[in-house]
Amino acid sequence: MGQKYSNLVKNALGRMVPTEVNGQKQVPYQGIGKYKPEGRKYGPKIASCADFPEDGNKQVASLKEALVKAGLKDGMTISTHHHFRDGDLLANQIFDIAKELGVKDLRWVPSASFPCHEHLIQYLEDGTIHHIEGSMNGPLGRFASHGKMKGLGVLRSHGGRYQSIQDGEVQIDITVIGAACADPFGNANGLNGHSASGLLGFALADSQYADKVIVVTDNMVPFPCSPWQIQGNYVDYTVLVDQVGIPEKIVSGTTQITKSPDRLLLAEMTAQFCLEAGIIKDGFSFQSGAGGTSLAVGDYFAKIMREKNIKARFARGGSNKYLVDMLNEGLIEYILDGQTFDLDGVKSMAQNPNHVWTSPFTSYNYHGKGNFAGLVDVVILGATEVDVNFNANVVTHSDGLLLHGIGGWQNCLFSKTVILPIPLFRDRIPVILDEVTTLCGPGELIDVIVTERGIAINPLRKDLIDALKDSSLPIKTIQDLKAEAEKICGKPAKPEFDEELVAVIKWVDGTIIDSVRKVKP
Amino acid sequence: MSNKIATAGNTGKKVRSDCFVTLELKDSGGIQIDQKSKVEVMYGKANIELCKDILSFFGIENALLTLEDKGAVPLVIAARIEAVIKQLIDTDKEYLLEFIEENNYTSEKEQFRFSRLYLPGNSPSMMLNAGIHDPNGIILDLEDSVAFTKKKEAQLLVRNALRGIDFYGAERMVRINQFPKGLEDLKYLIPHNVHMLLVPKCEGADQIKQLEEKIEKIKSEHKITRPLLLMPIIESALGVEKAFEIATASENVVAMAIGLEDYTADLGARRTNEAVESFYARTRMVNACKAAHIQAIDSVFSDVGDMDALRENVKVSKGLGFEGMGCIHPRQIKVIHESFAPEADEIDKAKKIVNAFIDATEKGLGVVSLGTKMIDPPVVKRAEKTIHLATSLGLISENWRDEFINIAE
Repeated sequence: MGQKYSNLVKNALGRMVPTEVNGQKQVPYQGIGKYKPEGRKYGPKIASCADFPEDGNKQVASLKEALVKAGLKDGMTISTHHHFRDGDLLANQIFDIAKELGVKDLRWVPSASFPCHEHLIQYLEDGTIHHIEGSMNGPLGRFASHGKMKGLGVLRSHGGRYQSIQDGEVQIDITVIGAACADPFGNANGLNGHSASGLLGFALADSQYADKVIVVTDNMVPFPCSPWQIQGNYVDYTVLVDQVGIPEKIVSGTTQITKSPDRLLLAEMTAQFCLEAGIIKDGFSFQSGAGGTSLAVGDYFAKIMREKNIKARFARGGSNKYLVDMLNEGLIEYILDGQTFDLDGVKSMAQNPNHVWTSPFTSYNYHGKGNFAGLVDVVILGATEVDVNFNANVVTHSDGLLLHGIGGWQNCLFSKTVILPIPLFRDRIPVILDEVTTLCGPGELIDVIVTERGIAINPLRKDLIDALKDSSLPIKTIQDLKAEAEKICGKPAKPEFDEELVAVIKWVDGTIIDSVRKVKP
Repeated sequence: MSNKIATAGNTGKKVRSDCFVTLELKDSGGIQIDQKSKVEVMYGKANIELCKDILSFFGIENALLTLEDKGAVPLVIAARIEAVIKQLIDTDKEYLLEFIEENNYTSEKEQFRFSRLYLPGNSPSMMLNAGIHDPNGIILDLEDSVAFTKKKEAQLLVRNALRGIDFYGAERMVRINQFPKGLEDLKYLIPHNVHMLLVPKCEGADQIKQLEEKIEKIKSEHKITRPLLLMPIIESALGVEKAFEIATASENVVAMAIGLEDYTADLGARRTNEAVESFYARTRMVNACKAAHIQAIDSVFSDVGDMDALRENVKVSKGLGFEGMGCIHPRQIKVIHESFAPEADEIDKAKKIVNAFIDATEKGLGVVSLGTKMIDPPVVKRAEKTIHLATSLGLISENWRDEFINIAE
């Protein structure tokens, strides 16, 4: 349906944003580190052991029974997590049950959604779900982009999700945590069992702050389930089901180094840039995502480190085979893992004490006393678009469709050097524009754009410009790169939008950095 | 008026940066354009304008044109539309987009040809980024990689690519079709600054001579004076026997390549990794090239996944006297360059020899010696070649002799 807003205000980046979303007051983005809310964190209700079984057995017969006992009713906020990625079997079931019970107007707060959740579109249409607050990937994003969702979507980063729950912006009535292994008391981990996903960090905030916490597993072990990544002391009910996830879709096949020669070149240029900038040195740290290009960057890092006998102190990341191999080879001392992308990662995390599980609280939460993201020397990220001021977009495509989530992207921008290796154009679609369709990250935090036709350094990073002034790498201005792409592709027309909003993008501090409009049909 | 529906371009799930066009000429009703484009929001309007402009250029007033676009750049769309038009009407007119100034460079007889990257002539997606991988040359291929029914549209695409795609300084080569069919390709290439033609399955000097006659004719029509270089490809037993004759057929023949797939087929032998079956042909061809003072270029290495095997292959190739090799994947380029480049100890030795030679010349000595060893003139010459190669590749600085002078001081 989309929402008409008459009182949009201009935020500190010049983007028009609403001051109220789904009935909640909002703060427009004010600048980096400018908005500092006062007061205390949100407090969950006090529980009493007297209300829980003395033998610690909180197991109930079914997910439906757990939801009914948790008091599922109209208008509630339900949260889930994406550790099972596209192999998740729980979120769809929760809303099947809600539909069966005739419950309406639920707010779904997933840590991310995947194509498998296309099933839920029927519930957005029939009013079972009012709206989604969380990353919307693929079909759900497309649905929202066409203005078909009743409420406004709210997209947050992984750290922003923790912050919003901690600060009480999002108050969760019921959270359902899927785990590869749990005990009847509620202790749970993602390590043991055939639905192993590595860790359960995305469920941490929900376990701490939700009113009712349900842990669902297909591998119930007698107390104690060790290690406990989720503490049973937060948990109300536990449920044993036949299957929580589809293993081959949990650890998807996307974690392969790219074979595309163009992307390999981008990765090689990125690694070379880091070497020449003096970033790759003994004791350094890096984070590189799970996309094919990012994996290749990691691989080139490894090559350089091997040649020059350099060791990294730690790598942050989604872990995968390649990172684990570097750990085992001694090229990195620690992996600080946020989510595990393959079985090598899961196995390593279970066995190697230097493969450490982290959470959005330790890594990303902006309303904490520091977080790890800022300690990382260099992070390699992606983007759908970048503008001439280095602002970047990760959620919408240039045709205006909302197709991706933010993930940890915004949080990682606080790393000491942020590099985006991106092709200058993708099938005629230029990546560098005058203005991004949706602004997800302010340019002052984005340092380097690496394209196959040249590398642009943010003018704010005089140190990097100096370090690379004699480089054989093709250092160009971002305007030159934009002109080069337009010469090949032509100057793109801008998408036309409806006035209605379909979603807002939160910054890491809970303020609104941009809004997403309905695309014209 | 024909009621035929003409088609051009590529379609299918995997197709990218290309389009598929159909055209049906009508008797009335004006121009109707049906567009389905992946980039409609950004370029839909521009595409329609381009379609209309081309149809009007060829004087077409009533037609139904469909454009199924997977992110093709204008020069690709234009080639596809011109192709459908030319299937339906007889015309010598050519719809030419801008010849970009970046493409106004020339090539020299004596330049490095370590790597040349093959680009299928009817697949635009591989052309756009070919130059960024820094091959010595790119080859737009009209021969084996283009299906028989697609030959005409590939000519137009290759012509447009030569005009509008920046190959970032790579030598601009085209492999034409086999003689005599390849003669029909020339008019789409010569006016558009093609540097070198690869002549497949070359079997005699007469083919080169006939080719050059046609080339000269087109050149004079377009008032082109710069030479068009030739690289014949030897791919048959007869070709091998005629290698020297071909190598010396024209001063524009500056390099000669061997194509081993066809050659081994012609022999009736199986192509093996050890390549014993083609040893005679390769060495015979290298010898012919050296006798004719032109470059000897090796065949392609087809296992694109195995860089170690490629490296070994290039070492052998270099050892036989070859000076370059074909690439069918951009990742092969770097390995080939590194392997043809002189090695560190080779460079060190060459530096000492060339330095001793310069010293001796400056002192007016007739004999060059290094330590107690006399150095023969051919050794000096080879060392000079190595130094030239190393400086051109940026392996050593132009002022490499400074270190000797400093040591001397």
